[in-house]
Amino acid sequence: MNALARTFEAAGLTTVVINPMPVWGQRLGTPRTLGVEFPFGHPCGLPGDAALQTRVVRAALDVLAGAAGPAPVVVEFPEPWPGDFDHWKRAWHPPEPSPIVRWLREQAQRRAQEKRADS
Amino acid sequence: MHVLRQRRTGAPESNICSYLWQPGATERISRADALGDRAQSLYGRCMAIDSFKWLPPSLRGFYENMHVPPPDGVPWSPLAKPLREARIALVTTAGLNVRGLEPPFDYEREQREPRWGDPSYRRLPRDVRQEQVQTGHLHINNEDIDRDFNVAIPITRMLELEAQGVVGSLASTNYSFMGYQPDTAEWSARYGPEVARLMKDDAVDGVVMTPV
Repeated sequence: MNALARTFEAAGLTTVVINPMPVWGQRLGTPRTLGVEFPFGHPCGLPGDAALQTRVVRAALDVLAGAAGPAPVVVEFPEPWPGDFDHWKRAWHPPEPSPIVRWLREQAQRRAQEKRADS
Repeated sequence: MHVLRQRRTGAPESNICSYLWQPGATERISRADALGDRAQSLYGRCMAIDSFKWLPPSLRGFYENMHVPPPDGVPWSPLAKPLREARIALVTTAGLNVRGLEPPFDYEREQREPRWGDPSYRRLPRDVRQEQVQTGHLHINNEDIDRDFNVAIPITRMLELEAQGVVGSLASTNYSFMGYQPDTAEWSARYGPEVARLMKDDAVDGVVMTPV
């Protein structure tokens, strides 16, 4: 998404990224970032919580229209995630491990087996 | 009235801002100040938000120590008109498609080739309905987006802000990419410029982007 923001901005569009990992906005040179300390999959908040979603969107629009350089600009949304951390650190994960996670686990298992076979 | 107050911290080129518009904001800023030295030594910057908060500990270490070459400049195109006159598009990486309009992203190929992610994009018209939106991203839990797509692409919220006159208008078409991209070359070379052109043809001024 940071690469896309740079592409859009270079094409003359004004961009803001609502990012749960705002440090990447800084490190990758994203023009404007609104950092939200929200779990993955929920950049604008909880389902059905229109008030929170609106506050996030309005904050992002303020950054879009009001941020002054020098870029990269990172603005931090001040509200904490309204849910329980221990629940959400698990709840954002997909029900099945993603293909790359599955593949990495298989590789690790294979290496461990080879090591056992060698010894 | 919201107040965007920029507060520069850390190195001169950094531009971390505090967003002060409601009670409680000052507490978080104190937390950033308290973290100060540690946050700056980790990231070179002072940030109150923990970017790795939701990751398993093993991945946190991987990302914190990942070497990223510094960007080659930062493009900057400030909004040329007031927000209340601006046309805004939404772009997410939630991997959404609209049933009956376009096929889903190629998640089957990603299952076969785990180090590949579909770099193309899908369109979401501004009058899209919840039941038309199809999810499938393999790296997040899609349940809440299935319930209310506004958590990932706040089309309904933007239509409300358009009706209130906060923004000029929401674009006629919004876009979804799929965020798992081990290599963003095709985004930068092909699909990004293509969507930028489509948005410019739609007279879009600003883009609110929502990675998941």
